[in-house]
Amino acid sequence: MSETKLAPRDQGAPDYTKFLHPVMVDNYGEWDYHERIKPGVLVHVAKSGDKLFTVRAGSPRTMSADTVRIICEIADQHCEGFLRFTTRCNVEFMCREESEVEPLIATIGEKLGWPLGGTGPSVSNIAHTQGWLHCNLPGSDAAGSTKALMDDLIADFTQEDLPNRVHISSSCCQINCASHGDISIIVQHHHAPRIDHNNMQICELPKVVAICPAAAIRPKLVNGKESVEIVEEKCMYCGACHGQCPSMEIRDSETDTLSIWVGGKMSNARSAPTFMKLAVWGIPNTPPRWPEVSEAVKKILSAYKETGKPWERVGEWIDRIGWAKFFELTGFPFTRYHIDDGPEALSTLNRSAMVRL
Amino acid sequence: MGNDAKKMVMNTPMLDELESGPWPSFITDLKKYSEKRPVITQLLNQLNDSYETKWNYWQGKIINCSGYGGGIIARVSDKSDVYPDLANFHTVRVIEPPGWVYSTDALRNIADIAERNGAGIIQLHGMSGDILLLGFDDEGSLQCCEDLMNDGWDIGGSGAAMRTLQCCVGQARCEMACYDTMKTTKHITDTFIEYLHRPEFVYKCKFKLSGCGNDCANAIVRSDLPIIGTWRGPMEIKQSEVAAFIDKKGLDYVIDNVIARCPTNCISLKTATKEIEVDDANCVHCMHCLNVMPKALSPGKDKGVTILVGGHRTLKIGDTMSSVLVPFMKLETDEDLVKLTDFIDEVWEFWNDNGMDHERIGEFIHRIGMGNFLKGCGIEPDPRMIREPRTTSYIKFEELAPSRMEGEREQNPPVWNREPESSETM
Repeated sequence: MSETKLAPRDQGAPDYTKFLHPVMVDNYGEWDYHERIKPGVLVHVAKSGDKLFTVRAGSPRTMSADTVRIICEIADQHCEGFLRFTTRCNVEFMCREESEVEPLIATIGEKLGWPLGGTGPSVSNIAHTQGWLHCNLPGSDAAGSTKALMDDLIADFTQEDLPNRVHISSSCCQINCASHGDISIIVQHHHAPRIDHNNMQICELPKVVAICPAAAIRPKLVNGKESVEIVEEKCMYCGACHGQCPSMEIRDSETDTLSIWVGGKMSNARSAPTFMKLAVWGIPNTPPRWPEVSEAVKKILSAYKETGKPWERVGEWIDRIGWAKFFELTGFPFTRYHIDDGPEALSTLNRSAMVRL
Repeated sequence: MGNDAKKMVMNTPMLDELESGPWPSFITDLKKYSEKRPVITQLLNQLNDSYETKWNYWQGKIINCSGYGGGIIARVSDKSDVYPDLANFHTVRVIEPPGWVYSTDALRNIADIAERNGAGIIQLHGMSGDILLLGFDDEGSLQCCEDLMNDGWDIGGSGAAMRTLQCCVGQARCEMACYDTMKTTKHITDTFIEYLHRPEFVYKCKFKLSGCGNDCANAIVRSDLPIIGTWRGPMEIKQSEVAAFIDKKGLDYVIDNVIARCPTNCISLKTATKEIEVDDANCVHCMHCLNVMPKALSPGKDKGVTILVGGHRTLKIGDTMSSVLVPFMKLETDEDLVKLTDFIDEVWEFWNDNGMDHERIGEFIHRIGMGNFLKGCGIEPDPRMIREPRTTSYIKFEELAPSRMEGEREQNPPVWNREPESSETM
């Protein structure tokens, strides 16, 4: 074992300048435009006339050291030893000659077999959370459900025939680490946490009380031990306390379900960024392949593909056609639970006489 | 660890269902790799148990590298009686290269360190932006951190700290990028690295950096302090390329998809000459027209950033979307970068002095009001920070309130005048 240095070294972010493809170095800040050659293949053209071709492949995000080494072999063979990853966990191989693109694609197919796509108006790779593989809070497995869902949406990844790009995210609890998306899948709990009064003492109780957004947790002495109680009427089953204290178990394998949300958008293009909204709830949590999730997502995508106009993101499409039409096209029931009662609730009502009839 | 792990029979009927289909299967990959690292058999068997029971078997604990207060996400298995080598099976977060660019040497180095000290499972990348390395026992975690640091890497953030930053590819490969996202990411990370490694904030604080309003780094809703590239003055227009685009796509397409989709109606089409005219003063730099016609349109020459504040996901008060804090700032020279980090420091000071435990900046603003927040940070209000002025008429006009009687103690000073509750600071 090597010598252990006790003092923190605080080295900071890696020196990215050593990790840039030579064409990136030569043209840093001097790019002119880009084009999509075909699904999964981009070309960026610099003011100098230099070109950089990018081949984008969908990755499973979780991989073995050996698979990482295969990625490196491909980049050594075709990309001068450089590569990058995207926000949505795609891997991008880059080369400077158009003639190198097809050999590169062939090598990716042969060595990795990963699909190419996620460019332009397509479904990109799913941003997802850790799940049962390694998280302490999950009610589901986002990595497995991502694999199953992308199997079902493969044609939407490898083709560019949607109105605009679709970002999907999938999270295993209400904390929702994968965040907003055009379509987003999250876990819902359906009752208050179960308190292990004999094990509450491992937690900082004032913090457990303070973290509750509904002020539903009160300190209480139980069997002579310091613990808490929950005001059931106030509790909204968010699980914030469970993240703070493992003795406040919120999950329930019998009753937890999934819900699907739509219309989240981070980009500022055309319309301001938006949060996602509830589309359908009560979907069963069914490993190993979650077929009910795929079925619901496909309903949304097929309605979007059929009636969306070019450049409209999912949220913009629904804004134009109206939510009544969205529920009609997807067949999802509209219920009283779709009407917001959170901090922004009143502003989400139709406060006008403008009604599609 | 891993090599000398207890050997076990792989029994994963549920996970086997995830081996078919066109999308790459992490199950297939890990199964094959388990020949090299037998602990993975235990991991997959436990994961399969979760699939059967819909129950999770990981608990958290705390373990830290000496001198660091975060970066190792420690996991202990509830089933360590069955899977003894999962008793301690931790994740190490590693600060990723800005823009997630790698040389193959660097990436192989990461793979070697992950394999040498643990289970050799690598995630590229976590939702925090970090490289995630999975599967270390206590000693392996610390040795992994040592090895990483010896090879020039550093450990990522966790807890109530500045978190690992992430940014888009920026000027390295994008014509839309209005500032150097990679350089700025490195500058903020390095300047405040002690806040990243030793959690001392009231709660976490995230930055994400995007080169333009397309926001490929997902900054606006996923970070407390998004920094988004923009420009002021005229955008660059190549009229010959506009004409070429009209010839290629047709007038109808341009009217429907460029002119009509401009959120402020600031583009007009001159059909006779096949040119467009932009009312630049009314352009909000949304990027749509540039996305449609990247050959013809480019950001203007006077580039900079818009700094926003307050984004975070639902816990605890519900989602908060970031809103404008600094409408425009130049970010080109080293002095500009220092000005940026000085500004961040001031915002942090006010938040950390007055924020409550577990209160993100957005939640803090929600509680005290943006007007008070600006005053506390010493920032002048600007109409570009709001969508519209207030409609609530209950207002405490400081200037118009009668002066207090001489000698009267100010019982409840406003938040921006309040002394920090803790007097522990020097």
